[in-house]
Amino acid sequence: MQADVAIIGAGPAGLAAAAELARRGAGRIVVLEREAEPGGIPRHCGHSPYGMREFRRIMGGAAYAARLAAAANRAGAEIRCRTTVTAIRPGPELELSSPDGIARLSAGAVLLATGTRESSRVQRMIGGQKPGGILTTGALQGLVHLNHQIPFRRPVILGSELVSFSALLTCRTGGIRPVMMVEPGPHLRSRRLAALLPGLLGVKLRLNTGIAAIHGDGQVTGVTLERDGRGWHLDADGVLLTGEFRSEATLLAAAGIARDAGTTGPVIDAFGRIGMDGYFAAGNLLRPVETAGACWAEGRRAARAIAAHLSGRLPDAEQGVPLTVESNAIRYALPQMLMPEGPGRHDRIQIRFAHPSYGVLELVQDEAVLVSRHVSARPDQRIMLPLPERMGSDPVRLRFRART
Amino acid sequence: MAKAAGYDVAVIGAGVVGCAIARRFAIDGASVVILERGHDVLDGASKANSAILHTGFDAPPGSLELDCIRAGHAEYLEIRERLNLPLDRCGALVLAWTEEQTAALPALMDQARRNGIADIDPLTAGELRRLEPGLAASVQGGFRVADESLIDPWSAAHAYLYQAIAHGADLRCRAEVAGGRRLADHWQLDTTAGPCAAGLVVNAAGLWGDHVARLLTGESFFEIRPRKGQFIVYDKPAAALTRHILLPVPGKRTKGVVVCRTIYGNLLVGPTAEEQESRDEAGLVPETLETLRRTGRKILPGLAECEITAAYAGLRPASEEKSYRIRADLSEGLITVGGIRSTGLSAALGIATHVARLAGRQAARPVHWLRMPVLDQFGARDWRAPGNDGIVCHCELVTRREIEAALSAPAPAHSLAGLKRRTRVTMGRCQGFYCTAELARITKGRLSQPMSRPADRRGGNGDAG
Repeated sequence: MQADVAIIGAGPAGLAAAAELARRGAGRIVVLEREAEPGGIPRHCGHSPYGMREFRRIMGGAAYAARLAAAANRAGAEIRCRTTVTAIRPGPELELSSPDGIARLSAGAVLLATGTRESSRVQRMIGGQKPGGILTTGALQGLVHLNHQIPFRRPVILGSELVSFSALLTCRTGGIRPVMMVEPGPHLRSRRLAALLPGLLGVKLRLNTGIAAIHGDGQVTGVTLERDGRGWHLDADGVLLTGEFRSEATLLAAAGIARDAGTTGPVIDAFGRIGMDGYFAAGNLLRPVETAGACWAEGRRAARAIAAHLSGRLPDAEQGVPLTVESNAIRYALPQMLMPEGPGRHDRIQIRFAHPSYGVLELVQDEAVLVSRHVSARPDQRIMLPLPERMGSDPVRLRFRART
Repeated sequence: MAKAAGYDVAVIGAGVVGCAIARRFAIDGASVVILERGHDVLDGASKANSAILHTGFDAPPGSLELDCIRAGHAEYLEIRERLNLPLDRCGALVLAWTEEQTAALPALMDQARRNGIADIDPLTAGELRRLEPGLAASVQGGFRVADESLIDPWSAAHAYLYQAIAHGADLRCRAEVAGGRRLADHWQLDTTAGPCAAGLVVNAAGLWGDHVARLLTGESFFEIRPRKGQFIVYDKPAAALTRHILLPVPGKRTKGVVVCRTIYGNLLVGPTAEEQESRDEAGLVPETLETLRRTGRKILPGLAECEITAAYAGLRPASEEKSYRIRADLSEGLITVGGIRSTGLSAALGIATHVARLAGRQAARPVHWLRMPVLDQFGARDWRAPGNDGIVCHCELVTRREIEAALSAPAPAHSLAGLKRRTRVTMGRCQGFYCTAELARITKGRLSQPMSRPADRRGGNGDAG
C-alpha cells in the first residue's frame, strides 16, 4: 500500500492534519486508527466544552469527534479504522495489522499523532492487592459513555487535574457517587477545578493525601489513605486513577527514537520532526497534556510543515539549534531543537513548570539574553515564549530566575 | 463423565500441579473431576511465578523434588510441540557478586553436575560480560546452565487442563471442599457446588493443602507457611538488555531475585521471599518494589532508563520443610501433594507421573491433542493472521478472535483475571486505559465476575452538584 502522507491516530491532531493536508492537495492522505471509530479521546468524553476554536461553537466530545472526522473525510482524506501500526521503519514504511492480517504501507511522510494515556497503578506505586474496580478516567469514560455501564458505585478518586473534574462529571452521568477525592500534593493541580470546588458535586476533597494501599479480593473493598505518614482506612468499591498523563510512545521506543524525560514524548525540532527521515509528530504525543483545541491547532501546523517537506521546502534538520533547559523548576520545554523560519514552524516555545513559580524566564545564547519575560506560572498553565528573531548556531539555554 | 458411583479420582485444586495430575489420570483412563474453589483455574499460587522451566541444577541431590523437576522438564519438551507450547531455551547465568558468592560457585557447579545437568560452563567476569554486555561491571564470575528456559506458565497449565478435559475430565469452579467422609470404597466430598463422590482423592490444594488435609482426615502431616513473592515487570524495550535468565547464587532458603525476560517479551525482576500468615492476601508494598527496582539496576544498569508496566505478587505454598510433602495413603484413598513451594511449574508433569505411579496406574499415551493459542512475543501471533477480527488490547496486541476463543475454551475464562491469563488482555503498559470498555462489551454476560454493570439513570440521587 502507498500513500503520500500516513497519519497514525485519528484524534484531534491527526484529523486536523488530515483535513488540512487534503485541502492543500497533498495527494493520498491515509489516517490509520486502531479503534473502531475515529475521534480519539474526545469520543468518550460526554461533556462540553469542545469545538470553540475549531468550529466556533460549544459541543460535546462525541459530536466534536464526529465533526472532526467528517471534516477530514469531506476534504478527501481516507480514514482506516481498526488498523494498528505495529512498527515504524525508515522509508518511511509502516507495518500494519488489521482484521485482514498484516500489511505494509510506504508513504512520503508520516505524522505520529498517537496521543496520550493516564498513568497506571504501578506507575503511581500504590501498594496492596489487585482486585477488580481499579480504573483510569479513560477506561471509566469508555464504560459509561460508550457502554452505559459502570464498574463501581462508591469509588475513591485520586488526583485533582482538569481530567479529574471530567472524571467527576462522568461519575455523575453514570450515577456513581465517589466517597472522596484525594490529592497527594498541597494544592489542587488544576485551578480551573478549584474554581468549581463549591460544586464538586458533593464529593469530599482531601489535599496532602495519597492512596497507600488498595484492598479487596474480587472487587475493591477499601483503601488505606495516607497523610503525613499516618494511615487510615476508607471503605470504597473502586479506585479511579486520574491524570498523570504520559505519551503513548510505544512505536517510538521500539524504533529507538530519542525521547524527552520531561515530556515523555519524542524529541522534536521546531517543524515537529522526530529524527527519523520523513517522520513528524503532533498533538498530545508531544507532551501530555493539552486541550483538544491545542492539539487540533498543532495538527494543522504539522500539516503545513509536512506539505513543505513533500515539496522540498523545509530547512535541513542540520540547521537546528538545541534548546537546553537549565532549571529544575521547569518540567519541560518544547520543541527541543529550534529552527530557522519555515512553513508550519512552532513559533513559540511551550513551557510547563513543575510547581507554582514566579520569576524571569530567559533564552540565553553565548551569555547573550535573546528573550526575557516575567512569568507567574502554575503547573496547569502553559507558558508560550516567542522564538528569538535571530540566533546563532550555538545551543540556546532556557533559564529561570525565581523571585520571591 | 461421572460414573454412577462417582468419579475414580477427584483432584482438589486447579493450579498447575492439580491440572497436570488431572491430565495424567485422565489420559491413563480414569474418570476425573477437578474441584476448584476460585472463579477460575490458576487463581492461587499458580497465578504468579517467574515463568522459568528449571533444570533442577540447584535442587537438593537425591530429592523427590529433583526427580520431579527432571521428569517434568523432559515431558514438557516431549509434549510441547504437539500442544503448541512455547520454549525459549535461552539458558541461565548464575552470577556471583561478592567473594563469598564466588567461593560458593564450585560447589554449586558440582551439585549441578551431580544432579545430572551436563551443560555447565564456568565463566569469568569478562566472559560473562561478553555474553551479556548489559551486565554490571561488578559481576565477579559465574556459570552457565544451557537448558534453563522460558515458558508460558499459564498456557502450559491451561494446556494440561484442556487435555485432561479432552480425555473426559470435568472441571468444577467455585467448588470449595467443605468436608468429606471416607465410606467403604470411596470418598463423599461436600463442596460449595454440591456433593461429589470419588474413589481416590488427590489433595493438590496448594496454599490450602494442610487445611484440606485436616478437613478430610482431621490432621495434617505438614503446615503451609505462605511465602509471598513480589515482582516488577518492565516494558518490552527492557527485554533487549539480557538474553539469559540471570540468577543469583541461591541463598539457604530461596533462589533469590531473578532477572529474566518473559516469553511475552517483557522483562521481570523478582521474587522477594516474605513469610506471612495470610493465604489469600498477596499485597504489593511500594518500598519493596522500589528495592526490587534497585536490585534490578545493580544487575542490569540499563534498567534505569526503562519503564515499569506492572507489578504483581504471589504466594508460594511453602511448608515447614524445604522438601515436597507428597504422601499416599491408598487404604484411605488419599494422596496428598503438599509444599510444592516454588518449582511447581517446572515439576508439575513430573509430580503428576509420580502421583499416578503411587496410585498404581499404568501410564498411557495421550489420545487427544489440542493446539494452544500463541502468546509468545515472537511467535505467529493472531494479529498477524487474516480473520483475526481486529485488535482489542493494543499494548499486548490481543485480537477479538483470541478473546472469543478464550471465552469458549474447553474451560472458558470466568473472570477478567482468567481472561488475562489466557490472552494477556490489559497486561501491557496501559493496564486497560484503552481497551476496558471494549472488553466489557465483549465479555458482557459471559463472566461470573463481570467487569461492569448497567449504569444508574442519569444524575443518581438528587443531591449531586
